[in-house]
Amino acid sequence: MELLLDSLFNGVAIGSVLLVAALGLAIVFGLMGVINLAHGELMMLGAYTTYVTQLIFKLPILKPFYNSYIIVSIFLAFIVSGVVGILLEKTIIRKLYGSPLETLLATWGVSLILQQFVRSVPLAYGTGLVISLLIGLFLPTTFPSKIKESINFKYFKFSSWIFAALTGVLTGSVISSSVSKLSRASARNVDVTAPSWMRGQVEIIGTAFPKTRLMIIVITLISVIAITLFLNQSAWGMRIRAVTQNRQMSDCLGISTEKVDIITFGIGSGLAGVAGVAVSLLGSVGPNVGGNYIVGCFMVVVLGGVGNLLGTVLASFGIGIMTDLIGAGRLLSIWPDMPLPLSNTINFFATTSMARVMIFALIVIFLQFKPTGLFPQKGRMVEN
Amino acid sequence: MRISRRILAGLATASLAVTATSCGGGGTSGSFDDTVTVGILHSLSGTMAISESTLVDTEKMAIEEINAAGGVTVDGKSYKIEYIVEDGASDWPTFAEKSKKLIDQDGVPVVFGGWTSASRKAMLPVYESKDAFLYYPIQYEAQECSNNIFYTGATPNQQSEPATDFMYKRSPAAGGDFFLVGSDYVFPRTSNTITKAQVKQLGGKVVGEDYLPLGNTEVAPIISKIKKALPEGGIIINTLNGDQNVAFFKQIQDAGITPSSGYYVMNYSIAEEEISTIGPEFLEGHYGAWNYMMSIDTPASKKFAASFKKRWGADRVVADPQESAYNMVYLWKQAVEDAGTFDDNAVREALVGQKFDAPQGPVEVMPNHHLSQTVRIGEINAEGGFTILEETGVVLPQAWNQKHPSSKGFACDWTDPSKGEKYKL
Repeated sequence: MELLLDSLFNGVAIGSVLLVAALGLAIVFGLMGVINLAHGELMMLGAYTTYVTQLIFKLPILKPFYNSYIIVSIFLAFIVSGVVGILLEKTIIRKLYGSPLETLLATWGVSLILQQFVRSVPLAYGTGLVISLLIGLFLPTTFPSKIKESINFKYFKFSSWIFAALTGVLTGSVISSSVSKLSRASARNVDVTAPSWMRGQVEIIGTAFPKTRLMIIVITLISVIAITLFLNQSAWGMRIRAVTQNRQMSDCLGISTEKVDIITFGIGSGLAGVAGVAVSLLGSVGPNVGGNYIVGCFMVVVLGGVGNLLGTVLASFGIGIMTDLIGAGRLLSIWPDMPLPLSNTINFFATTSMARVMIFALIVIFLQFKPTGLFPQKGRMVEN
Repeated sequence: MRISRRILAGLATASLAVTATSCGGGGTSGSFDDTVTVGILHSLSGTMAISESTLVDTEKMAIEEINAAGGVTVDGKSYKIEYIVEDGASDWPTFAEKSKKLIDQDGVPVVFGGWTSASRKAMLPVYESKDAFLYYPIQYEAQECSNNIFYTGATPNQQSEPATDFMYKRSPAAGGDFFLVGSDYVFPRTSNTITKAQVKQLGGKVVGEDYLPLGNTEVAPIISKIKKALPEGGIIINTLNGDQNVAFFKQIQDAGITPSSGYYVMNYSIAEEEISTIGPEFLEGHYGAWNYMMSIDTPASKKFAASFKKRWGADRVVADPQESAYNMVYLWKQAVEDAGTFDDNAVREALVGQKFDAPQGPVEVMPNHHLSQTVRIGEINAEGGFTILEETGVVLPQAWNQKHPSSKGFACDWTDPSKGEKYKL
């Protein structure tokens, strides 16, 4: 019983890291069909947001609230990655809809730029830049409609960008002068330390579970529930689903597909940011942190069936449990006296690297029989 | 404004002149007869840049020190050392390409370079075919002995073997079972093969072994294996690389695998730089084995650390790879001066037997192109350094490991033409 519980928990823990990382991609790639190779770097931005938030919460004014920085950083990471994602959509991806190869190359380029950006720009100014972007993109939308419709709106927009730039520079220099760790560019990996209430273990039915893992499972569950509710219950969610299923028809019916694209991409990117918070709890934060997850993300989305959230959920937990079963050699402990050749084979695959080979092989075999994944979208489908 | 700036400039020049003469020890600096250009080849971009750039900093510092002390004197002429820094870009073929460039185009007499074994393996054919000379400063898996490479890092018998011995005999987990964890590439696998042979000789037991693919940070299966294999605690030998260490230590602590519950980790890839990245709170009470540790309490060690901090910033630390990089520049200088020429073959001959009072203590170049070194076992403390527990005498390098089944009974000697790269003892 204890063994089973332990195994199940490990599988779910591994799976939930995969799931939270792949969730954003399931939306961007699954619903919009955009192959976003910069997804990992959006995660990285989320992870760096956690790091910056952690340092800012160490300042004397915010010190009493230090223990809650991780909760705050989840929201901040969503916003930061979301904003960068929106900018990416507005400037690059929008022009490339329907040409997957070009999107792939362009987003790969973006991912390299983002990696080098965090290596060579001090994080304080990076934060300033994100704040400018945030203000520049959203300040104009808060103007009263009278101004929005006026012919001089472009001047208002322009001046709000100037205001945004100034605010960004100002916050950048304030942060850089008050937090010395953020004032210099560094390619070195940095470390996010979980607040004390999240470290150590908690005992459930006689088995001890690491708290950070539980936290990641909770973050994942909340993200999945929130996104499902959003897609199925809200008006914008309905529009997103409509555009996904038939772009031209939705356009004809008066849905602003442009806005839908921005929102979908923004949410997908924001979820990548949340994933960044989660992975920062497990390892270190560095320019390459996202790149380590990108292959796994695509694997999960493809296995689950493109365009289906339930498929993504099941695929990630499936892979997680399989990884644990094979990688930790669980079958041997369940059935200790199995015949020798079989136990030798299992032992051979019971290392992390061989387990990965095995998982990839299983997925390739599975996709031979079901090329569209676990849950292919059915019905009168989708564009082309 | 204008005047004050001039005064400032004047002051700056004056102070520079003062330091130049004072460091020159007799005013030799500034009046060199000639210059010699050497090559420095490390990754300045890509994933390895973080580690390798510290070596570039150290090598530059060593060269500046030598220049300030009058440069290299060859045949009665004093040479100022200049350097060309090339970027290997964390890409192994690039290392080979840049090596060719440094040798053919720039005509440098020596290249200081490399970090990963993969980069060294990529460069080796270049240096052998052009009969040029590479100085390589990293502790590595050995099982290699080139006439054209000079290795200043530790071989396994100068790091992992004394460490294993310590863990099995004298650590708090003495007599316990071993679990080996590493990244999936050549160094951890070779090192662990040696450790397994040694543990068997000692009469201990290796109860498990696992390798994490490079770039993968999912250590949950490894943790459950450790818990299964060592339920009551034991010895963990860790050869994980870079970021994977962070994931590993954060998660084992959460899973209750800590020194206080009887699990002691011996690390071969964690030096002062890495401790500050991972965070001493995750590492306190675990062990490391190196030739040089910043906490060595000798004047040479303190001077090395102090000059590095003075040159590159008070928050910088020095660690074993940097010390090896520092030594190799000085050893090259000594060999050139002894040989009386920059010619490769003469320098190579003069190099063997060179002694240097390194920050770690005295080192000497052995006929197998490796260094005799001192090995230290340290416990990681809360300040992010090592508390040195043990110090061996001088340990001779084994290019071919005597515990590894494939190289047992072999050695390397480049001073004797009949022996060479690999001969039977």
